[in-house]
Amino acid sequence: MNVETKLGLDVFKIDTEPHIIIDQEVCKSCEDKFCLYVCPAKLYSINRESGDLEIECSGCLECGTCRIACIHGALDWNYARGGYGIQYRFG
Amino acid sequence: MTAADEEKVEVVVVGAGLAGLTTAYVLAQAGVDTVVVERGDYPGAKNVTGGRIYMHPLRHYLPGLWDEAPLERHVTRETLTMMAEDASTAVTLDSNRFREEPYHSYTILRGSFDRWFGDKVAEAGAFILPKYRADDVLVEDGRVVGIVMGEDDEIRADVVVAADGVLSLIAEKAGLREPHKPEHFAVSAKEVIELPAKSIEERFNLGPDEGAAQLYFGALTKGMLGGGFLYTNKESISLGFVVGIESLMEREPKIEVHELMEDFKARPEIRNLVSGGETVEYSAHVIPEGGINAMSKLYSDGIVVVGEAAGLGLNMLLTVRGMEFAVASGVVAAEVIKEARKTGDYSAASLAQYEELLRDSFVLKDLQTYRNVLSFMENPRLFNYYPQAVSDMFAQLMWIDENPKPKISSTVISEVLSRFVNWSTIKDAVGFLRI
Repeated sequence: MNVETKLGLDVFKIDTEPHIIIDQEVCKSCEDKFCLYVCPAKLYSINRESGDLEIECSGCLECGTCRIACIHGALDWNYARGGYGIQYRFG
Repeated sequence: MTAADEEKVEVVVVGAGLAGLTTAYVLAQAGVDTVVVERGDYPGAKNVTGGRIYMHPLRHYLPGLWDEAPLERHVTRETLTMMAEDASTAVTLDSNRFREEPYHSYTILRGSFDRWFGDKVAEAGAFILPKYRADDVLVEDGRVVGIVMGEDDEIRADVVVAADGVLSLIAEKAGLREPHKPEHFAVSAKEVIELPAKSIEERFNLGPDEGAAQLYFGALTKGMLGGGFLYTNKESISLGFVVGIESLMEREPKIEVHELMEDFKARPEIRNLVSGGETVEYSAHVIPEGGINAMSKLYSDGIVVVGEAAGLGLNMLLTVRGMEFAVASGVVAAEVIKEARKTGDYSAASLAQYEELLRDSFVLKDLQTYRNVLSFMENPRLFNYYPQAVSDMFAQLMWIDENPKPKISSTVISEVLSRFVNWSTIKDAVGFLRI
């Protein structure tokens, strides 16, 4: 089962605004790109055309791993707004 | 509540997890005017556990409360498994000691448990505000005087209880902790896999309501620091693993976290236990691994930090704990706040009692005792060498072919000599004394 299918099992209340903002200036000079590997929901990717780092916030499990792993400070990280985001039923 | 609202509460708790709900419960029972804000739609909405909860500490701190709690199975079988690349060796304990009431531990799902606990807290008289994400603390004259959501949605209080979980954003905003270091935290991913109760009981050799708790370490984390877990709930299995964030960042070549999950599930030892089951939830959570050296400051003027937000989580190798620390710290914090309330003194000097009492309790004592676990686990031989060596030795003992078989003692001695009598193992054995 791929990770998108697993996320599809979860209940998300999707906000109009992303809750994690990426500073592309920092990413331009980042060779590590830890975000691409550490996210358990595989939400980070590099846009093929623009080369920008992108995140699909609507599938965010709000664990904070990317916040901790991005030691270069590219992420303006927050939880989803109250009333939005993942709502675990089992936990 | 808006900025125009001049009302103040006595205590505002940020986070309706175990630490926050416990603090609120004790305060509400004493008649303290308490509000709990929770960013999820309901208590538990943003929480995950492995998981299994130990009942003796809970009963000690809040006797009688847990009798109607929605817990899963009481654990009667404990298994530790060392996983090599192509084999694994497990040790299983099945003990009647775990069949005696009151039961020692239960498997648990936070979705139902936290919701039930939230109801209890509301019954006790605290007010729970869901969908409220506290964004910052209000500070006046160097004292924390409340919290704010967004620009101006304020809740003023005599004291703020930061119970907002491992990322501890409120404590960070209040200047009580440093930004998180990757070496002090691990990420855990988990699947809840539904299986009929009968199947679970048959596959794990359990009676009705009995549960199995299994921990795995070795090849499943592919050389990285971490381990796997499996807990049997009433009608589902919690299956997952933990891997150190710094380990993930340093590994070459890189591996993605969800790949680890799939590879773990595909292991022959795991595959058959969950086959035919239906995954119903995928979750992730960051876990504190830094122990006593990675804790936040526990209090300041007008604020205390409880539970995981304070870094109160501990990998004790044979188990991983957090929930009992959350409850214990919540009770202690509430008692200190009740005391402070008598004189209206919520200064750091007054709240310092919280840290003193925690030092005298199992919470900080265990964190102190197990302070070397992280450096012990940073030894790659734990994950790469020993599981393989033990399984290979065991396989050799069990192997029968057309040749005459040596004495058991010959095999054991020669295997032990070749695998375990060397300087590395001696160094590791000395290291073992630290845990």
